[in-house]
Amino acid sequence: MLLRHTTEEIKERKALTVNPAKTCQPVGAMYAALGIHGCLPHSHGSQGCYAYHRSALTKHYKEPVMAATSAFTEGASVFGGQANLVQAIDNIFTVYNPEVIAVHTTCLSETIGDDIPQIVSKATASGKVPPGKYVIHANTPSYVGSHVTGFANMTKAMVTYFAEPAEKRSKTLNLIPGYVEPSDMEEIRRLTELLGIEAIMFPDTSRVLNGPLTGKFRMYPEGGVTTAALSKIGAGAGTVALGAIASGPAAKALDTKCKVPCEILDLPMGLLATDAFIDTLRRIAGVNVPEAINYERGQMVDIISDMHQYFYGKRVAVVGDPDQLLAWTKFLVSLDMYPVYLVTGTPAGKKFETALRDATRDVPQEVKIKVPGDLFLFHQWIKQAPVDLLIGNTYVKYIARDEDIPFIRHGFPILDRVGHSYFPTVGYRGGIRLLEMMLDKLLDRQDRDAPETAFELTM
Amino acid sequence: MTKFTILPERQKQIHEKDGKSFAISCDRHSVAGSVSQRACVFCGSRVVLYPIADALHLVHGPIGCAAYTWDIRGALSCGPQLHRLSFSTDLSETDVIYGGEKKLRRALEELIPRYRPKAAFVYATCIVGLIGDDVAAVCRQVSHTTGIPVLPVHSEGFKGTKKDGYRAACDAMFKLIGTGSVDAVGPHSINILGEFNIGGEAWLIKDYYQRMGVEVVAVMTGDGRVDDIRRAHGAKLNVVQCSGSMTHLAERMQTEYGIPFIRVSYFGIEDVARALYDVAAHFKEKTTIMQKTRALVKAEVERIYPQLQVLRRDLAHKKAALYVGGAFKAFSLIKALKQLGMQTVLAGSQTGNADDYALLAKMCDPGTVIVDDANPMELAKYIVEKQVDLFIGGVKERPIAYKFGIGFCDHNHERKIPLAGFEGMLNFAREVHATATSPVWQFTAHRKNCDNALTKAGVPC
Repeated sequence: MLLRHTTEEIKERKALTVNPAKTCQPVGAMYAALGIHGCLPHSHGSQGCYAYHRSALTKHYKEPVMAATSAFTEGASVFGGQANLVQAIDNIFTVYNPEVIAVHTTCLSETIGDDIPQIVSKATASGKVPPGKYVIHANTPSYVGSHVTGFANMTKAMVTYFAEPAEKRSKTLNLIPGYVEPSDMEEIRRLTELLGIEAIMFPDTSRVLNGPLTGKFRMYPEGGVTTAALSKIGAGAGTVALGAIASGPAAKALDTKCKVPCEILDLPMGLLATDAFIDTLRRIAGVNVPEAINYERGQMVDIISDMHQYFYGKRVAVVGDPDQLLAWTKFLVSLDMYPVYLVTGTPAGKKFETALRDATRDVPQEVKIKVPGDLFLFHQWIKQAPVDLLIGNTYVKYIARDEDIPFIRHGFPILDRVGHSYFPTVGYRGGIRLLEMMLDKLLDRQDRDAPETAFELTM
Repeated sequence: MTKFTILPERQKQIHEKDGKSFAISCDRHSVAGSVSQRACVFCGSRVVLYPIADALHLVHGPIGCAAYTWDIRGALSCGPQLHRLSFSTDLSETDVIYGGEKKLRRALEELIPRYRPKAAFVYATCIVGLIGDDVAAVCRQVSHTTGIPVLPVHSEGFKGTKKDGYRAACDAMFKLIGTGSVDAVGPHSINILGEFNIGGEAWLIKDYYQRMGVEVVAVMTGDGRVDDIRRAHGAKLNVVQCSGSMTHLAERMQTEYGIPFIRVSYFGIEDVARALYDVAAHFKEKTTIMQKTRALVKAEVERIYPQLQVLRRDLAHKKAALYVGGAFKAFSLIKALKQLGMQTVLAGSQTGNADDYALLAKMCDPGTVIVDDANPMELAKYIVEKQVDLFIGGVKERPIAYKFGIGFCDHNHERKIPLAGFEGMLNFAREVHATATSPVWQFTAHRKNCDNALTKAGVPC
């Protein structure tokens, strides 16, 4: 029992997080920045921060993750990090030659109060930023929000720095995919292309963090949204943002700055959310949904109908980032499953909590929700009344093992399995994959536990 | 192919052995803007103390520092698993403004009665140093009310390099040493320092010593227990592995308690045998220890040697690059690779000092590149130029090696099986063999077109 120290009795904790269901802003900012082509993320803080972020992303994607650091010393922490950042900008453009440096702050530089735009303009004035190159930034104090907040802030920075108000609207749509896997971004693009819609997606980590082995090491892989494309988002016909928490701020900023109207949707996980996504795209772009997409939808419905009896009434506990958690909850409810324990580590706010409540209103069992919560409390709930299925990141495997409950890995980080960066869980095809994952777990368990007399060949 | 440029500031930290005089710059802070593979003070403290399994480890800071070090390293415990949980004060904006001391005290007062740990370590992170929380004072108070040692670890990330974190960890541990009874400690007794029980390595090593008739008082810190550490001053010899992390503690124990120490390594047949012989020699008045040691080494070597020879056939003349945390590990690895018939063409470390690098240079063949605090572009440059077949490093280096289509062996946090001891040498050889001879490397385009990848110097085909 690895988590033998988890007590069943729940006491209110005031000062303490045990087994967190989140991490800090900068890693999300780094992930978003990697979705710009030729971008080197830069951590303005101590050396440890970026080492941890690079390790975390490397372990999750199993790909090289490049980033730079201001390498704060005690001196920088007392007198400010200006000299470090100016030197860093100079060194980075000289040696690593990126198109963009995306600076994110840390708790250290935030508390010192370093003014990044002022430092960058100083670096620019002294000729340290070559023509045609960019330095952008996002404030990502580690003591506010979570990694999802960091992703949202860096994505918003792409709007702040690149979007230009335009006289004439283009037909192009802007897509903000949310804090999802590179495979999901690829799938979102594929569906958009099937609809015949021209779109700019930002950020886009596909072909950056799920690239092939070629025998060559590319510091800047081929993927990522280009700065040229980003400069056109202000002229877009509209923005479709997926996930209110991760993508909402950027979409709203683009609306405010360039009057590009936005629609903020749930992540397209599951049937209904994907319907909403496809329908929104269809409506904004004025296109018809092609037969190919209808076909995929039909296949997904077919699987649900074939196997619906296995989903019915299953108790599920989900822990994840807010946008994923809400999408999962709605998907599970639509399958007649009971999402009974819902936790996110991100302080996503009352409105989000209400959305979860609304989504589970018709679940005929007590539904426990904690925003923000941690895995310790999540585990305590499970100890008090178990569930049939667990959904969460790799850290949930301790609970799955101790309580002997089937477990699906979904979210960030996944440190012990592959596949997540290659196979999407969004769209109808992603939905089919989620159905398969759930059925595999549930039916394997049924097989394992069935007495010989009831051991079924056909299921 | 990407062009590889080396920062002028970095050139002094790279040395290609050329028969001329050896000079390398090290012990420097990383250059701002470099893509260094190093970490921070907190990281150093955390990895050293974390294996103490019956202690509470509370990270005082924003959530990230705790999240990234949650069960980060497979430091095994045969008993309590308290060290594998993640406890954080999860500082928020208001805490940063008004101070986090109250929250820290409350967290400790909630945790200590609940888990009854033998001691608590409180890690100060960057922000705590900056806002000026008096962590030591809170620890003193809580220690007074709870009756257990509550030890501040001054590991603010910006205060130096990982090495400074090792020091901070040693200083915290030193406060525990000397607080336990040494009545039961015998005359032929040692402490094992700098062994973290990754993949169960401490268990292997401890078993060797027990078979030799040597008593192990405390392992610091693999599968560590607070009570053992408290009576560690009763041991007659400190045996220090991983010179970077624990020499400071050994030195302090020598000054304070007069305990001599020796530096050893448990990687590779040659070094592990020497380690055991050195310890036996220290207790030479008891001749049975040396006799038993000889018998042990003979039996172990005879057991693994034939198997090593089989693996060696496929590995001979392959080229290895290694980039590790401490330089001491590099010495052992070079020897172990030599045993497998392999040649080391690049050797680097995150934290080596001038003496370490001088010794490295002495051990290596001409043409070997020696590098301090390398970045991925430098590593990439030499992987190509030196036609490396195998890379040995840590988590961030693995995917870089794979992108080039060469083998990789993790000799850091992510190793899953013991690589120390005689048994470990065989495991290591198997791992190297598995990766360096894997058929997968033939599937990449550049290898398909030529028998030997990267044939012409620096030009991948």
